[in-house]
Amino acid sequence: MDWGPIILTLKLATVTTILLAVIGIPIANWLANTKTRLKPVLEALISMPLVLPPTVLGFYLLIAFSPNNAFGEWLDHWLGLRLIFSFEGLVFASIIYSLPFMVHPIQAGLSNLPKSLTEASYVLGKSKFKTLTKVLLPNIKPALLTGVVLSFAHTMGEFGVVLMIGGNIPGQTKVASIAIYDEVESLNYAVANSYSLILLGITFTILILVYMFNRGGMKGFWK
Amino acid sequence: MIELQLNKVLNSNHGKMHLEIDLRLASGTFTAIQGKSGAGKTSLLRLIAGLMQPDGGQIEVDGKSWFNSSQQIDLPIQQRKVGYVFQDYALFPNMSVGENLRFALSKHDSTSIVDDLIEIMELGELRNHKPEILSGGQKQRVALARALVQKPSLLLLDEPLSALDNEIRAKLQQHLLELHKEFNLTILMVTHDNGETLKLADSLVVLEQGRVIEEGKPSALLTSSNISGKFQFTGEIVNMQAEGVISILTVLVGKELIKVVSERDEAENLSIGDKVLVASKAFNPIIQRIN
Repeated sequence: MDWGPIILTLKLATVTTILLAVIGIPIANWLANTKTRLKPVLEALISMPLVLPPTVLGFYLLIAFSPNNAFGEWLDHWLGLRLIFSFEGLVFASIIYSLPFMVHPIQAGLSNLPKSLTEASYVLGKSKFKTLTKVLLPNIKPALLTGVVLSFAHTMGEFGVVLMIGGNIPGQTKVASIAIYDEVESLNYAVANSYSLILLGITFTILILVYMFNRGGMKGFWK
Repeated sequence: MIELQLNKVLNSNHGKMHLEIDLRLASGTFTAIQGKSGAGKTSLLRLIAGLMQPDGGQIEVDGKSWFNSSQQIDLPIQQRKVGYVFQDYALFPNMSVGENLRFALSKHDSTSIVDDLIEIMELGELRNHKPEILSGGQKQRVALARALVQKPSLLLLDEPLSALDNEIRAKLQQHLLELHKEFNLTILMVTHDNGETLKLADSLVVLEQGRVIEEGKPSALLTSSNISGKFQFTGEIVNMQAEGVISILTVLVGKELIKVVSERDEAENLSIGDKVLVASKAFNPIIQRIN
């Protein structure tokens, strides 16, 4: 069995999760505090990947990033980025695809904190950034953990988007879920089974860990 | 000297209310604010701290303008030298007592003020505890100490003692008096308790419907009606019991239940739930120290 697809999957999930944390926390914080009338629209946009078939997202990304149209050409020409059939493209698509899994738990965690914590920090002369990093985020560790782990697990399980814009290039875009499909197509059921079992094991372990941490069994560790 | 001229339209449960406050507080004074709930007491504190924005007016503290609508000055909350003790204490759950206090330090402050405050407020033993396991009175002491780390020009207290039982309350009132003297603080405190006002405050402001309706010495405002040498309390009848020619009424005064005797025909005009005034001549009271 070739370990390449498994390693690529873990690499994709790790890179995506790190970038999602960087992007998702500010978005969640903004959504938790904003009073703009556009909020429902933005929330709907972020939640879309929850219900939209991944192939739809993949299809539009494929159209957008194709070097045959203006935007794709611009990316290619000015930034040297070619987002279809490349690892970078998968990362980009995964970020959009898993965004709700990062944003929702963190937004809920922040909204549930008493408003007075933020206000007390401001009155004590602390900036918005310091309030977020030193007061708010440390008090929603379970939500942060949930966000990080769900994004990671969700990215690992992605298939449709990858199939549409990634293709099946070993070491570049051939992630485990694609490899399984590939092996089944070639009737290599034993190899497909190995990949499947590994994915099953990893996702199950991750989810068990989240539920254990958030149940309070590991309270001493987090507080 | 602190000068306030503030107006703001507040949206409350009972519709719109116009808050219009014009107040002057001398430096180093302890002012109590009283008034019914919804009178605008907490809003006043929040406007001063910058947690709420006035529609117009000005706030000037020791010659420095914090807010001035005509000159478009609106100092950010962070830059207002104000201490604020929230009703729910707002201690940071992820930090120990000591860390909560140190968090309030500015970059170049020496940490000695934290040690001083921990000593004054008797928090030494709790220093490494998380707020979660503290009692209400202990949390309140931490919140007070934390508000003072920055040596604010003005300390705002939003019913700081209302959730505490009488004994702890008395002790914290003592702490507040000491802090007031020690740091020469200007304090503005929302309270419902007349006794607390008499014990702590130099002046009293009574709000109603967003306006100041009375302002003066607490002793003058709160005791004027008692000069005839009577005790009088207002309360609510929670129970009535007929016993021969008399009726025994149970009246809820503040948080205490008292039983009073009334004549049968007097009681006939009363029913459970009535607000009543209970008054008695004070010619033979029992007075005992309680601490």
